[in-house]
Amino acid sequence: MRQFIDSLIFAAVLVGLWQGLHWFAGDIAIASPGVTAERAWQMVGTASFWAHFRETFSALGYALAIAVLGGMTIGLLLGLHRLSGEVAEPILVSLYSLPKITLYPLILLIFGLGMSAKVAFGAIHGIIPIAIFTMGAVKTIAPVYFKTARVLQLTRRQLVTTVVIPAAIPELVSGLRVGFSLTLLGVLIGEMFASQRGLGYLVMNAIGTLDVPTMMAVVLMLALVAVAISATLLYLDRRLHHRAA
Amino acid sequence: MNRVVWIRTAVVVGFILLLELLCRYGVIGRMTMIPPSEMATHLWRLLQSGRANADIAETLSNVAVAFASAVVGGFVIGSILHSVPRLRRAVDPFLATYYAIPFFAFYPLLVVIFGLNAAPIILIGFLFGVVAMIINTMNGLDRIPRVLIKTARVNGLGPVRTAWLIKLPSAAPQLFTGIKLAIAYSFIGVIAAEFIMSTSGLGYSIAFAFNNFDNRTMYALMLFIITLVTIVNAFFHVWERRIMARRGR
Repeated sequence: MRQFIDSLIFAAVLVGLWQGLHWFAGDIAIASPGVTAERAWQMVGTASFWAHFRETFSALGYALAIAVLGGMTIGLLLGLHRLSGEVAEPILVSLYSLPKITLYPLILLIFGLGMSAKVAFGAIHGIIPIAIFTMGAVKTIAPVYFKTARVLQLTRRQLVTTVVIPAAIPELVSGLRVGFSLTLLGVLIGEMFASQRGLGYLVMNAIGTLDVPTMMAVVLMLALVAVAISATLLYLDRRLHHRAA
Repeated sequence: MNRVVWIRTAVVVGFILLLELLCRYGVIGRMTMIPPSEMATHLWRLLQSGRANADIAETLSNVAVAFASAVVGGFVIGSILHSVPRLRRAVDPFLATYYAIPFFAFYPLLVVIFGLNAAPIILIGFLFGVVAMIINTMNGLDRIPRVLIKTARVNGLGPVRTAWLIKLPSAAPQLFTGIKLAIAYSFIGVIAAEFIMSTSGLGYSIAFAFNNFDNRTMYALMLFIITLVTIVNAFFHVWERRIMARRGR
């Protein structure tokens, strides 16, 4: 409880800092917390905001689905086959740390402007960390589980569905959390460059018209939604790890 | 070189060859992608002509500043949070969800505040890298064995020597993870910020070439960034291995 109050105090300090920056930098640069919240409230009441919101989050949904399915499949295969795992791991890690934004023009050239390019760009951000986490999860499963499976003469398929996936679930949720954040980032970057719809576009459009309150309201709402989803996953993550330990 | 390294090299080379063939035989159209060999020759010409030098220097110096400040700042903040448990518990939920916040949405805001120059670009790189360093610094400090601190006390080491001889080496693996993430994130932050909105730098040049259908320059610069980042990461990877190997003895 005390910890919760401390966190609230810290959040209040952040808002205070924001207000202070507003006083320091003035209306043109930073809208005050009050004005931003008011604008956010106003925007939530308009239909056009929800159209952009749907655009962004449906792109995120598709991208995440591709990233999770693809990443888990790759991770499972590499985790179960030791040699290919050893071969692939450094490649995956270096792909993870590449600035994938440099590949965005390539994706635009392949998919053209629009939804599919955003989905593809989001998916390439998410798929690699999910694959890395899944592979790590499978590799750290206690060998006794595999021995038991062999004694019980499980088929490959039974092994995966009844032993590997359940044992790896806590780590998979951690991977999903990282994958979610990066996929959202990918989709938004995609929208900020060469796009006509979505929340990322809304932010870029607001800077074009120097509409600081709108820009900040969108960023604030994005941050709140992202933090809420991530916090839920984090809660799940900690509970699963706790149970597993 | 062992077998795994050979296979890995073969996989990478095979993939590049496949791309080359697909491009050469028109499976991938020229408007989409040029063959890797052409990217390389064009990059070579670009580097020789010196046209890209200013942009390269600018991006690299931005990355360097963002990286250095993220590492130093992250280390200092991480150490402070580690020594004040109550503050740390209060900040913890914020750190844990930090990377969920889509940072680049803040970039236009930073441009409004600081103007269209290097400051907002460096700041994005810094903001992106610093929290990875904070989290890993705290993890590293958490893992110092109690017995080593006690040994230091028994041997009468002062706080500075304890930090230098005991704490730093014990926390080194996690610190290294933080440093590796900080370098990757500062590259990502700086180049993405340049790409979205700026007037110079490698990210800007790629976006500019894209908008002008100058595929050869675009792919040459992409190849440059990918090669550079891979080399930098490989360098840190090898360095880390060396340190870990020395400790294993």
